[in-house]
Amino acid sequence: MKLQTLSEVNIERAARRPVIVITDTANGDQRLVKAKDIASDPLRGELSKQLRMGKSGMIEAAGKKLFLNVYAPTARLVIVGAVHISQALAPLARSLDYDVTVVDPRTAFASPERFPDVPLIAEWPDVALPPLNVDHYTAFVAVTHDPKIDDPALLHAFARDCFYIGALGSRKTHAKRAERLKAQGASDTDIARIHAPIGLNIGAVSPSEIAVSIMAEITAELRLPKEAAKEQAA
Amino acid sequence: MLNRDEDILQAAEAWQKAGHGVALATVVETWGSAPRPAGSSLVINDDGTFLGSVSGGCVEGAVVTEALDVIASGQPKMLEFGVADETAWNVGLSCGGTIRVFVEKVAQS
Repeated sequence: MKLQTLSEVNIERAARRPVIVITDTANGDQRLVKAKDIASDPLRGELSKQLRMGKSGMIEAAGKKLFLNVYAPTARLVIVGAVHISQALAPLARSLDYDVTVVDPRTAFASPERFPDVPLIAEWPDVALPPLNVDHYTAFVAVTHDPKIDDPALLHAFARDCFYIGALGSRKTHAKRAERLKAQGASDTDIARIHAPIGLNIGAVSPSEIAVSIMAEITAELRLPKEAAKEQAA
Repeated sequence: MLNRDEDILQAAEAWQKAGHGVALATVVETWGSAPRPAGSSLVINDDGTFLGSVSGGCVEGAVVTEALDVIASGQPKMLEFGVADETAWNVGLSCGGTIRVFVEKVAQS
């Protein structure tokens, strides 16, 4: 690989833009295709298919065996609520290679003592969230239990294409939340995107166990084909 | 974390810029129950320092040795590892899968 190609891969990844490197495995010839250039590439069909699946693999084109290495952005977890569960969730998500950010306007909660080494934003969601550029490679959880904070955060998540949205609260709490969000313009489709009660049902009791159930559900959403993910969650 | 693919590729770039010979080994094909999917990578420098993985740890030693050759020659290589593969290396994948690993040098131009 040319150093320049490697540098470009690193730049695209740092900017959270997908990039694909095509290698002719017979001779090592290589080229890089940025996400924005896929539509005009001769291999656009194969490239967009591999990117959609988030999978690298070999293809054959014009008698050549080509390896398509798909570099999708690192998955990110945005946690709204610097609560006890988040103190367990943030390090667990980091151990699973997520980039983690915690948002909570309540400075007593969002303190570096409670969250060592985790990027913390002690602002309301309307200030904190837009600069984060929540995207398709982001999982979003709202766990403050306070509608003043969770509701605007969830409305922001609906407007983005995040692959997972979860919110803490019982079925009853969630039903009330759904009513409030609809009154603020959320659609039934938006509401249906929320995983609530949050996490896979593994009988979790402690904050750490709840963190495990949340990360298990997020992993299922990220990795399983869509229908299978729903069965797991049911 | 120093284990994510993006950290690994950043390390490769940094090593190269610091004057090291660097090779990149990437899983390009897998059959059966391979431990790491296509696209997984391992970077190696001429000190023998490496980051990342292409298997559960079973063939890394062999890949590093081959990578040092690739750094010296500049010529890319395709390696194949499987249970019954005795052609190149007597190192098999205990899980029963087969993997092909493409090893290339990170070059200035």
